[in-house]
Amino acid sequence: MGSYVLRRLLQMIPVFIGSTFLIFVMVHALGDPVNALFGDRAPDPAVAAQIRAQYNLNDPLWKQYVLYMGRLFRWDFGTTFTGQTVTSQLAAAYPTTLKLTAVAFTIEVIFGIGLGLLSGLRRGRLADSSVLILTLVVISIPVFVTGYVLQYLVGVRWGVLPATVGFDVTLRSLILPGIVLASVSLAYVARLTRTTVAENSRADFVRTAVAKGLPRHRVVVNHLLRNSLIPVVTFLGTDLGALMGGALVTERIFNIHGVGYALYQGIVRQSTNTVVGFVTVLIIIFLLANLLVDLLYAVLDPRIRYA
Amino acid sequence: MSTSSTSAQPRAGRAGTGTGPLLEVRDLRVEFRTREGVAKAVNGVNYSVWAGETLAILGESGSGKSVSAQAVMGILDSPPGFVTDGQIVFKGRDLLTMGKEERRKVRGAQVAMIFQDALSALNPVHTVGAQLGEMFRVHHGTSRKEAREKAVELMQRVRIPAAKERVGDYPHQFSGGMRQRIMIAMALALQPDLIIADEPTTALDVTVQAQVMDLLAELQDEYHMGLILITHDLGVVADVADKIAVMYAGRIVETAPVHGLYAGPAHPYTEGLLQSIPRLDQKGLELYAIKGLPPNLLRIPPGCPFHPRCPRARTICREVDPPLFEVTDETGTPVPGRASACHFWKETLHGE
Repeated sequence: MGSYVLRRLLQMIPVFIGSTFLIFVMVHALGDPVNALFGDRAPDPAVAAQIRAQYNLNDPLWKQYVLYMGRLFRWDFGTTFTGQTVTSQLAAAYPTTLKLTAVAFTIEVIFGIGLGLLSGLRRGRLADSSVLILTLVVISIPVFVTGYVLQYLVGVRWGVLPATVGFDVTLRSLILPGIVLASVSLAYVARLTRTTVAENSRADFVRTAVAKGLPRHRVVVNHLLRNSLIPVVTFLGTDLGALMGGALVTERIFNIHGVGYALYQGIVRQSTNTVVGFVTVLIIIFLLANLLVDLLYAVLDPRIRYA
Repeated sequence: MSTSSTSAQPRAGRAGTGTGPLLEVRDLRVEFRTREGVAKAVNGVNYSVWAGETLAILGESGSGKSVSAQAVMGILDSPPGFVTDGQIVFKGRDLLTMGKEERRKVRGAQVAMIFQDALSALNPVHTVGAQLGEMFRVHHGTSRKEAREKAVELMQRVRIPAAKERVGDYPHQFSGGMRQRIMIAMALALQPDLIIADEPTTALDVTVQAQVMDLLAELQDEYHMGLILITHDLGVVADVADKIAVMYAGRIVETAPVHGLYAGPAHPYTEGLLQSIPRLDQKGLELYAIKGLPPNLLRIPPGCPFHPRCPRARTICREVDPPLFEVTDETGTPVPGRASACHFWKETLHGE
């Protein structure tokens, strides 16, 4: 187990270097950041030259990357053109997004698995068909549509929950964006759970559990659900990263100043350091979430053992 | 279709403590409602088991032997399976009219089942100790620690070496024979009155088969349990069974005390089964096989369901479904416990 974790952590290094380099290259491919900074106006050559020198923009790309990575290991993510440090941006944005992700993830787990279990146990009946149709609808409608419609109905028309979040992040205000962010993943989780539950409910070991005279809830929770959750956990793990990075649209709709919002600003302003910095942290979260999933596998399914 | 009782007299000194048999199945009918139509899997089956007695139910795949056992156990996949008629009287009470919760408490505690494939029948994600202990925890409310100790005891009872160390292992870490022992231990846990063993040795290799059967017979003797042994292996039956019921197309075609059946079958199907056992003294000769295939349960042939495959079939077999005839010996005195659903049982038994 220990050596497996060590090996996986070592494998993360090339993945990390490769993906950050790709991001670095892609952001530079957007064009000259100094020109973008000045917008439509022509920059003062002296100022432009100074900025280029300050941010090592005259060096070849690989050298810029090496310098950037060197600073990164000293926990220095650089500064934006406006002088703000990326570290402070990260510190401002990530807690908000983490809260949003936590809310969305909780909704996704509880309702996704709950609906999937209900549907899988009543396969072919009304409850099953309703869940299938409902999830299909949710999957087919783009997030910005669900987002704006729910914001208008729940937040504005009926006034049940706050319509936007702003700077004052409360749990109550995060419920609506949480639902919107979770909706599509929730639908996938429900469908995945339904399939595995339906499959396992015919398994021999479930029949054994019934033959042992166990009460129904014990058969379902201890024997059926426990075995059905293995593929669902994989999906949830990878989705955790996707929720954090993919909150871009939701954060825009509900005016949440989180990672998605900061990334969007960074891309619009071609702030290399902001974009690369945020994505770097996202990559680390993604890799760790994946490792966690693989370790959870061994806990959930004892047939998988890591040497 | 037969309605006559097929219960054999219990062997001397082995009678149950009560007045009647431990389990009596009366005119049981089970059907599967599928998209293609209604498959009649069990059509009016009668049998009984006394305490301490072993009933072997013999038949090929699809003869309804497992389905009738699942109906007794109450673990039929429903839908598509439904018990449409009959009674399952266990210790004087009809299991089919019992409340759900009441019936659940009978399962496992009083009637237990051993399945064919222990690898898939045991839950792969729980330790064997937890799965064994679960019986005590659920039915007796035993504490976790005590249940674990009982699990170790059970494993020792079925002679699993180093039981104490292995109680925390998972099913896949055991060999096939050991896994089947765990299944047996699980069925034995609460010392039930009746055990249903659904092809308990089919998935095992021959040497292990004998060990497992011996263990089962020994434990049955010790606890004085009723045993229903479902199998298609005539070799397994001969050693352990007291009486045999042969099933074909969802009905019992012949019942007999074990030695009577081997000495002289009274139904052509049984005769065919016995002839198809490979024999050492017939080395080099072609092995006998019953021609044709078992009937499609959606369209059971009229008359005797076995007639399309029967070497003795005549016109009457195609038209009249034979009831279970009482079988007599050559002098005309009835043989206790023997019955055959064949119009020509006399010719089959006494030779012609």
